[in-house]
Amino acid sequence: MRVPAMTIVFYVIAAITVAGALAAMLLKNTVHCALALTVAFAGLAIQFLELDAQFAGFAQILVYIGAVAILVVFAILLTRGSETPKEGVFSKTWLAGLAIAAMVFAVLSWAVLNSTSSLPGDSPKPTVSVLEIGNALMGRYVLPLEIVAVLLTSALIGAVIVAKHEKGSAK
Amino acid sequence: MQATISFTPQVGASAITQLLWLIPAVPVVASGVIALLKQPKRKTAATLAIGSLGFSLLLALIAFGHVVSGWSHGNAVRETVNFSWIRVGTTNIDLGWVLDPLSAAMLVMVCFVGLLIFIYSTGYMAHDENFTRFFCFLSLFAGAMLGVVIANSLLLLFMCWELVGLTSYLLIGFWYYKPAAAAAAKKAFLTTRVGDIFFLLGMVWLASGTGTLLFYNNGGGSMEAGALASLLGQHAAWGLTAAGAIGLLIFCGAAGKSGQFPLHVWLPDAMEGPTPVSALIHAATMVAAGVYLIARVYPLMAAGSLLGGSTTALTVVTWVGAFTAVFAALIAIAQDDIKRILAYSTISQLGYMMAGLGMGGVAVGMFHLITHAFFKALLFMGAGSVIHGCHEEQNIRKMGGLKSDMPLTFVTYAAGMLALCGVPIFAGFWSKDGILEAGSHWSVSKGPVALLVFGAMLTAFYMTRQVVYVFFGHWRGHKPAHESPAVMTIPLAILAFFAFVLGLFGTPAWPWFQGFVSGREAPLEIRGLFESNVLLVMGESIGFVFVGIVLAWWLYGGKSPKPDTPDVLEKAAPLPWAWLRNRLYIDEIYGVTLIAFYAWWARVADWCDRRVWGGAVSGVAIIFRGWAQLNRLLDANVVDGTFDKGCEELSTGGGLLSRVQSGQVQAYLRWLAFAVVVLAVILIWSSRA
Amino acid sequence: MGHVTALQGYLLLAALLFAIGLAGALTRRNAILVLIGIELMLNAANLNLIAFWRYGPHPEALTGMMFAIFSIAVAAAEAAVGLGLVIHIYRFTQTTDLDQMNRMKG
Repeated sequence: MRVPAMTIVFYVIAAITVAGALAAMLLKNTVHCALALTVAFAGLAIQFLELDAQFAGFAQILVYIGAVAILVVFAILLTRGSETPKEGVFSKTWLAGLAIAAMVFAVLSWAVLNSTSSLPGDSPKPTVSVLEIGNALMGRYVLPLEIVAVLLTSALIGAVIVAKHEKGSAK
Repeated sequence: MQATISFTPQVGASAITQLLWLIPAVPVVASGVIALLKQPKRKTAATLAIGSLGFSLLLALIAFGHVVSGWSHGNAVRETVNFSWIRVGTTNIDLGWVLDPLSAAMLVMVCFVGLLIFIYSTGYMAHDENFTRFFCFLSLFAGAMLGVVIANSLLLLFMCWELVGLTSYLLIGFWYYKPAAAAAAKKAFLTTRVGDIFFLLGMVWLASGTGTLLFYNNGGGSMEAGALASLLGQHAAWGLTAAGAIGLLIFCGAAGKSGQFPLHVWLPDAMEGPTPVSALIHAATMVAAGVYLIARVYPLMAAGSLLGGSTTALTVVTWVGAFTAVFAALIAIAQDDIKRILAYSTISQLGYMMAGLGMGGVAVGMFHLITHAFFKALLFMGAGSVIHGCHEEQNIRKMGGLKSDMPLTFVTYAAGMLALCGVPIFAGFWSKDGILEAGSHWSVSKGPVALLVFGAMLTAFYMTRQVVYVFFGHWRGHKPAHESPAVMTIPLAILAFFAFVLGLFGTPAWPWFQGFVSGREAPLEIRGLFESNVLLVMGESIGFVFVGIVLAWWLYGGKSPKPDTPDVLEKAAPLPWAWLRNRLYIDEIYGVTLIAFYAWWARVADWCDRRVWGGAVSGVAIIFRGWAQLNRLLDANVVDGTFDKGCEELSTGGGLLSRVQSGQVQAYLRWLAFAVVVLAVILIWSSRA
Repeated sequence: MGHVTALQGYLLLAALLFAIGLAGALTRRNAILVLIGIELMLNAANLNLIAFWRYGPHPEALTGMMFAIFSIAVAAAEAAVGLGLVIHIYRFTQTTDLDQMNRMKG
C-alpha cells in the first residue's frame, strides 16, 4: 500500500502558513500582523482543500478571510490611538510565555510522533458531497445548527451593544 | 381557812376570749393609721388613739366582767386560745393568748390608766409640733403592752416585750434633737437589752426543757404540772434545778425592764421624755411589765417549794427587790429634780413589788402593782401639771407655795403622795402592808422585811421633802405659776379618787383582789383586820411612816431656803449627801468598767475586722488577681501567640496566594497552558504504562 | 521514529501552528494580537480535526467535517465579541496594552 508521503505541495503550503503565522505574531505593525494572519488563513484553506475537505476549505475562506480578518483589521483601525507602546511590543514576561509554548509544542509533537502504531496506514478518501452536508445539517445536525444560529445572533447583538458608542460616554 | 378553788379545765373559749386579740390589735392598727397622717391632723390622731384605747378598755371590761362572773359562781376562769405559728418538720411553735384573773385585772388597769394619760397628753402636748407622731408612738406602745398582758406564749410575750422596749426608746427620745434625750433613749434600750439576752436564754432553755413555750395548754403548757415536774427533774449548775435556773434567767429580763439593781440606771435618765411618757411607761405600765412577767412565770419560779417554803429563784428575787427598794429610796432623798425623785421612787416601789412576789406570791405583788400604777401615774401627771404651770421648770428648789397657786394639782398630788407613803385608808397602805405582812411570815429570812420597813420610812421622808419644797413655803421661781387646764386636771382628779378607794379591794378584811387573782373565795370578814400579826404589821408601818413624815416636816417645813443654799441634810452630812446626790456613782462605775471594756472590745473587734478578716478577704482578692494576671499572660502570649500567629500566617499565605491573581490575562493563560501540558504528560504516561 | 506519515505531518503542522499562536498570545502586549493568536490556535485545532477526518477511521463520514464547520462558525462569533470587547475597553482606558490592564488583580 502506498503511504502517501509528504508531497511537495504540502511542504510549500505548510511553509507559507507557518511563515504567515510567525509574521502575524512577530511584526511590530499590527495591520501587517492582520494581513499576515490572512495569509496564514489562506494557507490553511489550501490545506483543507488538499485534505479533500472542500466545503471546510471554502468555509474557511469565506468566514475567516472574509469576515474575521476584516473584523480584526477594523478593530485595529478603531484602536489606532495606542500605537507601539514605549516598552516594546512584547510583554515583560515574554520568555515565560515562549517557554510554555515551546513546552506545549514539545509535548504535542512527542505525542504525535510516538503513536504511529495505532494509526492506520492509508484510508480511502471520504466522499462527502454538499448535498449530504446540507441534508445532515437539516437532519441529524439540525439542533446544533439552530443552537449555533442562536449563538451567532446573541454574539451579534452582544458585540453591537458592547462596541457601540454611548451617548456622552468616554471617547 | 379559805376554801381553795382550782382553775377549771378549759372546755372551750368563750366569745370574749376569742375576741381578746382585738384588745392589742386595735391600738396597733390605729398607730399605723396615725403614722400615715400628716402632722397638722392633730384632732384625727388624738381621736384615733383615744378611740382605739377606749374600745380596748370596753373589751377589757367585758373580759373582766366575764372572769369575775365566772369566779363568783365558783368556776375560776382561765381560757386560752392557742394556734400554731410556725411548723418546722414535727416541731411546732405555738402562739396564743390567755384570759385569766391576772390578765383581766392587768388589762383593765393598762387600758384605764392609759386612756386617762392619753386624754391628759392632748393637753400637755398641745404646743408641741410633733403631736401626731407622739400619739402614733403612744398607740403603738399601748398595743404592745396589751399584747404582753394577754400573751399565753413566752415567745409572743417576748415579741411584744421587745416592741414595748422599742416604743419606750422612741418615746424617751421623742425630742431627739436634744442630745440628752437621744442618749437617754439609747441607754434605756441598751440596758434593757442586757436583761433581755438572759431572758432569751431562759426562754430557749424553757423551750428545750419542756418542748413548748405556751403557758397554759390544757395540761401541756410550760406552766402546768407536767412540764414543771420534768423541769424539776433536770439539774443545772450550783445546785439549781432547771426550773430555778430558767426562773433566774427570766428574772434578769424582768430586772432590766423593771429597773432593779444593777440594771436600774436607765430609768432616771428616761425622764428626758415628755411627762405623759414618764407617767404611762415608766410608772404604770412598762416597768410593771417586768413584775407582770414574774407573776406570769410564778409557777416556774415557785416550783419545788414546799408549802410555806421558798425556792432559790424566789429568794433571789426577794433580796434583789428589797435591796433595790432601799437603795433607790436613799438616792431619792438627795435629788432636786421633781421627776428624778419620782423615778427613783418608782425604782424603789418596783423593788417592793418584786419582794412582794418573792415572799407573798402573785396576789400580793400584783395588788401593789395595780395600786402603784394609779398613784404613780397620778404623781407623774401631777408633776407634769406642776412643770407646765411653772413654765417648764423642773427643779423643786425653784418652786414653792404652789398650794395656793395650783390648788387642784396640790390636792390630787397630795392624795398620790399619801398613797405612796402608805398612809392608812389610801391604796398604797393596804398594798404595801400586804407585802410587809407576807414578808413577816417569810421562812427564809426576816432581813428583807426589815429593809422594806426602813424603805417605807425613807419613802415617807423624801416624798414629804418633795411636797414641802414644791407646794409649801414661798414661790422661789421667776414668773408666777398658774393652774393647768381642765383636760389635764380632770384625769388627775379621777386618778386621785382611785388612789383613795382602790385599796379597799384588798384589805385583810375583804381580800377581794387576792382571792380574785388566786381563784380563791374572798369573803368579807372584818375579823381579818384583827388577826394579831396583821395588826402588828399595820402598826409598825404606820409608825415608821409617821416618823418619816414628821422628820421631813421638822427639817424642811416652814422654811423656804433659796435655791443656791445647800440642803439641810447636806449641811449636816456633806459627804454622804454628795454620794446620794450623785446616785452612788453607779453610772460612773459602769462608765469606767463595762463601757470602757465594751469600747476596748469594739476597738479590738474593729482591728480584727479590718486586719484579720479584711486581710483574709484582701488575700483572697490578691490570689484572684494573681490568677487573673496569670490568665492574662497565658491569653496574651500562648493563645494570642498561637491563634493570632496562625491567623497571621493564614493571612500572609492568602496574601501570597492572591499574588497569582495578578489581573494579567496573559499570566492566567500561561498557567492554563502549563496545566494542560502537565495533564497531557500525565495522561500519556499513564496510558503508555 | 521512522517514517512520518501524512497524518503525522498534518498533526505536526497543526501543533506548530498551535504553539506559534500560543506564543503570540502569551507574549504580545496588544490585546488584538492576543485575539489573533487565539484565532490561530483555533485554526490549528480545525486542521487537526480535518486531518483526522481524512486519515482516521471514520465509521461516519460526516462527523469530522461537521465538527470543523461548526467550530469555524463559533470561532467567528467569538472573534466578533472579543474584538467588540477590546474596542469597548479601548474607549475607557485609551489603551490596548494588556500589561496595563490589571484591575482584576486579587
